[in-house]
Amino acid sequence: MELKEKLLSSFMAFEERVDVHSELHDVRTLAIKNFENKGFPTKKEESWKYTSLSAILKNDFTVFPKTENAIQYSDVKKYFLHEIDTYKVVFVDGVFSSHLSSTTHEGVDVCLMSSALNKPKYKMVIDSYFNQIASKDESLTSLNTAFANEGAYINIPKSKVADKPIEIMYFSTGNETALLVQPRNLVIVGENSHVQIIERHQSLNNNPVLTNSVTEIFAQKRAIVDYYKIQNDNLEANLIDNTYVSQKQESHVSVHTFSFGGNLTRNNLNFYHFGERLTSTLNGITIIGDKQHVDHYTLVNHASPNCESFQDYKGIFTDRSTGVFNGKVYVEKEAQKTNAFQKSNNILLSDKATINAKPQLEIFADDVKCSHGCTVGQLDETAMFYMQQRGIPKKEAKALLMYAFSNSVIENIKIPELKQRITTIIANKLGVKIGFDL
Amino acid sequence: MLSIKNLHASIGDKEILKGINLEIKAGEVHAIMGPNGAGKSTLSAVIAGNENYEVTDGEVILDGDDLAELAPEERAHKGVFLSFQYPVEIPGVSVTNFMRSAINETRKAKGQEEMPANEMLKLIREKSELLEIDRKFLSRSLNEGFSGGEKKRNEIFQMAMLEPKLAILDETDSGLDIDALRIVANGVNKLKSEKNAVVVITHYQRLLDYIVPDFVHVLYNGKIVKSGDASLAHELEDKGYDWIKAEN
Repeated sequence: MELKEKLLSSFMAFEERVDVHSELHDVRTLAIKNFENKGFPTKKEESWKYTSLSAILKNDFTVFPKTENAIQYSDVKKYFLHEIDTYKVVFVDGVFSSHLSSTTHEGVDVCLMSSALNKPKYKMVIDSYFNQIASKDESLTSLNTAFANEGAYINIPKSKVADKPIEIMYFSTGNETALLVQPRNLVIVGENSHVQIIERHQSLNNNPVLTNSVTEIFAQKRAIVDYYKIQNDNLEANLIDNTYVSQKQESHVSVHTFSFGGNLTRNNLNFYHFGERLTSTLNGITIIGDKQHVDHYTLVNHASPNCESFQDYKGIFTDRSTGVFNGKVYVEKEAQKTNAFQKSNNILLSDKATINAKPQLEIFADDVKCSHGCTVGQLDETAMFYMQQRGIPKKEAKALLMYAFSNSVIENIKIPELKQRITTIIANKLGVKIGFDL
Repeated sequence: MLSIKNLHASIGDKEILKGINLEIKAGEVHAIMGPNGAGKSTLSAVIAGNENYEVTDGEVILDGDDLAELAPEERAHKGVFLSFQYPVEIPGVSVTNFMRSAINETRKAKGQEEMPANEMLKLIREKSELLEIDRKFLSRSLNEGFSGGEKKRNEIFQMAMLEPKLAILDETDSGLDIDALRIVANGVNKLKSEKNAVVVITHYQRLLDYIVPDFVHVLYNGKIVKSGDASLAHELEDKGYDWIKAEN
C-alpha cells in the first residue's frame, strides 16, 4: 500500500486512539481532507522544484510505533547540552520518555503536547493557539495536524525569563524497520518574557526515518525567543521541519538552523508579523557532503510598519551534495519603513555539488529598505595562498576559511556551551582540530 | 642561503621571468628595483610557491633544499616569509588567532610542542610594541577594514612573530605615509641579524633610505640587468627607469 493510502486508512484508528470526541476532531478531519486532496508534494510544484520526496516515500513506514523505549541517559547524553542544566522534553520513536525528560510546571509550563491537548486546564490556551498560525493549506502541515498528538508544549507566562534553556529531543531507535514520526510543538511566550530553545532530531540506528514536524511559536509583545535547530542526523534520516512564527509588537524572534547531517532535510520556516517595531532573525549554516540534500524554504511576511527582518544563510557543499535556498520576503502595503535583508552565501567544494538559490522579494509598500544577495563561489585561492605562506597547511587553511565564512552565524549563538558544541561539530565535519575558538 | 639559478617562470602562456640568477647570503640586504611589469612580484611569488606561476626552467635552492618540491607552507616552515603587496582580508579570523595558528603549525611541522598561551601573549605584546600596534587592533579580523598602512604594518608584525630566515618585502612601502614607513623600516632593521636575509622589492628609492641595502639589482623584462651597491638606487632615482630601458 502506498504511504498516502496507509495514512488515510490509519486516520480513523488514530482518532479512536486519541479521543474521538475531542474538540480537535473537526480540525483533524479538515486537515486529513486537505492532505487527501493534495497528497505529498512533488517536484511539479514550484515550491518543491528542487526537492524530491519520492524515493523516501517508497519505504514501508510504520505509522504507530509499538516500541517500549529502553534508552539509557548515558547512551544519549552526548546529544544533550549536558554541560549545563536544561529542561528536557524527550521523545523516543514519537513516544514521550519521562525518565529522559526534565519538565516543569513551576512558573513556566514545559511539558508534553498530549497532556495539554487532553487536560481541561489547558483548553483555553489550546483553543487560542493550537493550529492558529500553522498553514491549513500546505499538505504536509495538514498531515501533521491530522495526526497531531505528541510533542513539546511550552508556555512562558507574562514577564518571565525561563531560568534555563529548554531542549526538545526526538530520538528514533530503529525498533521499527522504517518509521514515520510527526511531532507537534507549541511554544507560547508571553509579554516581556524570554526563552531559549534547542530542538534536535536524532536517529540511533540505520533504519530509515521520516520526521514531519510542525512547530508553532507565538511571541507576544516584547517577548524574546531564541530557537536553535540542530540537524546532524545520520544518512538514513529525513526531516521535514515546518515552523510557523507569529510575532507581536517589539518582539524579537530568532531561529538558527544548523544543518550538518541527515539524508534529506527540508526547512519550511515562516514568519508572520502582527505588530510594529519587531525583529525577525533567520540564520543558518549548512555543511553537507556525500549525497545529502538540504532545502531552506523561508518566508517573512511583513504586514506592519517599522519592522525588521534579517536572514543570513551560509552553505558549504562537498561531494555530490545539493542545497536549496528559497527565501521569500513579502512586504504588504501597510508595512512602511520595513527593513528586510537577506543573504545566502555558498561555497561549492566539488564540481558535483550544487546549490539552487532563489531570493524572492515581493514589495507592495513604497518606503522600505530591502536587499538580498546570493553568492556561490569556491574557496578564495588568494586567501589560501596567504595562509599557507604563513605556515598554515592547506587542509587547516581551508578549515580556517570555512570557519571564518560561517562565523557571522556562529557568533549569533547566545548560549556559550551551544556555540562551543556547534564549533566542535563544524571542526569534526571539516576533519580538523583547530587550536582556538573563533 | 638562497641561490637562484637561471630561473624561468610563466603565467599561462606568458613568460615573465627569463633567466634570473641571484645569490643571497645570511646577513645581507638585497634590493630589487625595476619598472612596472618587470617581474618583481612574480619573482617573490615564485620563491614563496604561488601555484599560479609555473617554473619552466632553473632552480631556487634554500640552504641546500630545492624549493620546487615544497608546498608554500613547507617553504614557510623552512623560514621563507613574504610580505604581500596586497595583504588578503580574512573576515572572521582575528590577527591573534591567525598568528597563533601560524606559529603552532610551524612548530608542529618542526616536531615541537605548541607554544604555551602565556608565552604567546608575551611574544605578541613584545612584537606589537615594536611595530607600535594598538592591542585592540589584534582582536580585529585579519586585514578587514585596515588602512593601507595598517595592513603593511601588520605584515611586518607577522614577520616579527615568525622570525623568518629569508624575508621578502614586496612593495611594502606602497601606501605608507612617512611615519608608517619609519615604523616599518625600524621594525625590519631591528629584526635583521647575521643569520637572516632580507629582500626588499620596491619601485622607489624612498624605503632604501631607511633599510639600507648591501646590494641593489635592477630587474627589467624578466632579467636582472644591473647590480650594484646602494648608490645604484640613487642613480636610478636621478635618471629614472628610461635609462635602463634605453640600454636594453
